[in-house]
This record gives sequence, structure tokens and C-alpha cells, in this order.
Amino acid sequence: MSMTMSQKILAAHAGLERVEAGQLILCALDRIHGNDITSPVAIREFQKMGFEKVANPENVTLIMDHFVPNKDIKAAQQCKCCRDFANEQALESFFDVGKMGIEHALIPEEGLVVTGDLAIGADSHTCTYGALGAFSTGVGSTDMAFGMATGKAWFKVPSAIKFVLTGKLPKYVSGKDLILHIIGMIGVDGARYKSMEFTGPGARSLSMPDRLTVCNMAIEAGAKNGIFEVDDVTLQYEKEHAKRQLRVFKADGDAPYDAVYEIDLSALRPTVAFPHLPENTHTVDEIGDIKIDQVVIGSCTNGLFKDMREADEILKGRKVAKNVRAIIIPATQDIYLKCLEAGFIKDFIEAGCVVSTPTCGPCLGGYMGILAEGERCVSTTNRNFVGRMGHVDSEVYLASPATAAASAVLGRIASAEEVMK
Amino acid sequence: MKCTGKAVKYGDNVDTDVIIPARYLNTSDPKELAAHCMEDIDKSFHAKIAPGDILVGGENFGCGSSREHAPIAIKASGISLVIAKSFARIFYRNSINIGLPIVECPAAAEAISEGHQVTADLDAGQIRDFTTGQSFRTEPFPPFIQNIISAGGLVEAAKAGIIG
Repeated sequence: MSMTMSQKILAAHAGLERVEAGQLILCALDRIHGNDITSPVAIREFQKMGFEKVANPENVTLIMDHFVPNKDIKAAQQCKCCRDFANEQALESFFDVGKMGIEHALIPEEGLVVTGDLAIGADSHTCTYGALGAFSTGVGSTDMAFGMATGKAWFKVPSAIKFVLTGKLPKYVSGKDLILHIIGMIGVDGARYKSMEFTGPGARSLSMPDRLTVCNMAIEAGAKNGIFEVDDVTLQYEKEHAKRQLRVFKADGDAPYDAVYEIDLSALRPTVAFPHLPENTHTVDEIGDIKIDQVVIGSCTNGLFKDMREADEILKGRKVAKNVRAIIIPATQDIYLKCLEAGFIKDFIEAGCVVSTPTCGPCLGGYMGILAEGERCVSTTNRNFVGRMGHVDSEVYLASPATAAASAVLGRIASAEEVMK
Repeated sequence: MKCTGKAVKYGDNVDTDVIIPARYLNTSDPKELAAHCMEDIDKSFHAKIAPGDILVGGENFGCGSSREHAPIAIKASGISLVIAKSFARIFYRNSINIGLPIVECPAAAEAISEGHQVTADLDAGQIRDFTTGQSFRTEPFPPFIQNIISAGGLVEAAKAGIIG
């Protein structure tokens, strides 16, 4: 019985020759991580289980990123709980204010998850690291606790959908447009419980930041994980980031897939997901005059240096429209520093944007950009559910950094082409 | 396991942001979370329900964030069972892990209306709508998951050495 790429990684971590879809298996984990929202619950469950020590302190990572710098006293208490646990357990990787970044940008950057790994994280966007050719998936706090205690997690082996990509992305079209296009096509539960495996010459033409964005939003199609075939782009990235041995897994040529989709990247257009589901997609060509109040450029989906560069190309020498607030959030301290060195921060501030320390804040309506009743935001984040960024009657439109930056300049949802022509 | 109560019903794609909005995630206290459960989708949720009531959802119930605070908030609100056409996978997993009974049953989730009196016997794989007299069959959990549920959740299963 042949296997998908995802199934091969699971089999290897379960110590099995082969696995098949639907099988329940117990796997050894290479990385377990949590953040300041999910870890306190995991720590409480860990203690309830009666465990005193985490199984592998070198494999457990805690990242303070959702509500930091502490937005209020309760958030401060949650971070303190994580900090105390990290010290007590002598965790090798604990990222606090000043060293932290948004977890799904920081973990690949720090080489904490590498090609061939099996990783879980108590955050739904943990599926991001599939870009590296790893199997990674989001879990809840109790799974994180169990993982910390035993170094293991239970999995139901997923079946998979294959996406064969051809062609190359046109200018001002990015990985974000590709994944929004896919979610629009298959729906928010189109890949529920399944793996999304990306392959083909078009996949190989995508940069690592684009792949990270695509895999990041696999969960928005309901997927268990998204994963790219390993190639030179992966190996080059890992040469700069991995500190451990890589393991390269490849799907069997005759691996079973529930469905196969072919997508020509060169035919894609800048795409926007309208409220209140990521599947409500429209290309910029179909959008009328939709006035906006706020733009957010950042998050685990689009806070990488490439995203900042694409925003800078549009914002440099231009001004944010009257009555629009533009919030830019580089995802890690390293990305922030690179933006500073490249002159982007100056460009952003001169354009009238505010630039923030790394935080998940506005994406989930935590702080740093909450919307009032009736307000609209174009955001490079990943969810546009009811009330996601603030008031229950506010609206979030998901888009790429280029589209978000162009919208900031024009004060309405607009494409980069329109600004740059 | 048997659950009895009246149904409170919602549509497709009920996401974890409406189950428990992130603005309340600065705490993990079940009672505090329960106080805000479903408030962005239904301000009258708490007024409608009594302990033991059954929440009925459509497709992809619990989609979005991995926050375990969502099933915790539902459980602490007094809901005894969630029936849906389908569940998002992290929510499904979290519910099993924390011991919130859930069952996938498209026919029951379609047919049961708000306010109907419902009984579910999960071991026997049966759901009954007393208001209409209809019965529905459900698939039993695989033994591995049944062991976690019988133990009272993943924490108890780990403590008892059932898995790990």
C-alpha cells in the first residue's frame, strides 16, 4: 500500500513500516509548542496529570506572542504562569518580550522545526511548517500537556488532497492570493480532517515565504496539515536555519488521493475574502467601491520580510488615505531589524503607518487595532469571522500585503496594480 | 453515556471565535469563559439553556482557532452534548480530550429543531427526538477513542496509563 508524504512522516514517527488513512497511531514528537493563551491551560492539565517533569525539555517551546507586551493584568498573569513553568522545567526555548516573535514565523526562523519533523502546537496555525516538508498540526492545550509529559501524541492518519501547481505567480500576486483562491474553491471545510499536499513545477517556483503563507491557512480549509514537496528552495532555507539533521520524505508515485486539483499560478488574480468566512473570495476585478477604516499588515500569515518588502514597494513615497489607520507588524524581532536596516520602517512611518512590536494582537481582536461598530478592515491575517477583530458588527477583508498596502493608500479595497500603474 | 435535554440550534461553520471571543482569552477559568459562551452569535444563549441541554450545530462546527477554551466554555455552560453534521478536527479532538460528549450525526442535526426534547444514548448509538418521535443512529467511537472517553478525558487516560 503506497503512502502520501504526510502518511510517510507519521509512519516514521510511529515506528511503523506503513500506515493507512483512518488508522489511529501514537507518534513520537520532534517539537511541542504553545503560546501565552494556550500554554497556561496546558500547564494546568500537565499538573493535573500528576507529572512533574516534561519528557524532553529540549523539544518544548513556549512563545509569548498573543497578548504581549502584556495587554492587561490577566494577560500578565498568563505570561507569568508560562515564564515560571519554563524556568522550573529548564525549557531550552522560551521566548519572552524582546526575543519573541509570532510563533509560526519564529519557529522556522529559529530552526526549531525542520524538514521531516513531526510537530504539534497548541495553536491552529501550527500547520505552517508544512512549508518545510514537515508534518505539523494544531492541537488543543490537553494534547500539548500530554505531549510535554510523554513526548507523544495520538493521531488519526489523514487521507489527502493533492494540489498540482503549474505556471508562475504574476506580479502583485502572492502565496496569500493562491491560498485564498483554493479556500474559495474548496470551502472552509473542503479539506476537513485531510492533508493538503502541494506539488508540481508551480510549487517549486514558490518562495519559502509564499509556501509558509499557503500552509499557514490550510486550517482555514479545515485541513489537518498542509505540506510542500521538499526541493532546492527547502534545502537552501534549511541550510540557513536548521541546526539538526533533515529527513526528506516523498509521496509514493501511486499514493492514494481523495481528489487532485490542478492550478495554473499564472492565471491567478489578487484575491480578497469578504466577511465572514475565508471562503467568500472575490478577485480584485469584481470588487466595487468598498471604503475602509483600517489596514493591518502582519500576523503569522503575512508578517515575514517578503511581506514587509511588498508593502514597502507600495507605501514608499505615498500616504495612507485620510480616515484610514494602517498598522504594520513585522512578525519577529529579526524581521523588524531587517526592515529597519532596509529603510522600510522609515517609509512606513512617513506614509502615516504605525509600526508595532511583534504581536498577534489585532488578528484575533485582542488589542492593538480593535474595530468599532460598523468599521471595515483590510487585513493580511487569516480569519474574518464575526467579531474576529473587534465589534460584532465590524468587518474584516482578508488580502495579501500588496493589496492591503494599496487599499491603505486609496482608502478603499484596491489592487496594487491600480496604485502602481 | 446518556444525555437528555432540550435542543438549542445553530447553523453551519460555528467558529471558535463566536463560541468564545478572543477578548476573553486572558483567562482560562471555566466559569468566566462560560459567562461569555456564544455571546457574539446569540446574546440569549444563557437565558435559553438549562443544565443538561443539547447543542445542535450544522457542518464544520467549531472551526477556526485551536482554543480549548471553546469546548471548556460550552461544557461549563451546562451543555451535556453537542450534535452536529460535522465537526472541525481540532474542536473534535479537544472535546474528546476534555470530556465534552460530541457526536456527528447529519440526519439528527438536520431534523432536530430548537426547543425539541432530545435524548442520546451514545453507547447504544441512538438519538431520539421526543418532540417529533424520530430516532437516529450514530456511529460508535473507535475503541482507542472510547478508552479516552471512558477514562473521562486524555488527562485521566494518561493518569490511568491507558495510553502513553
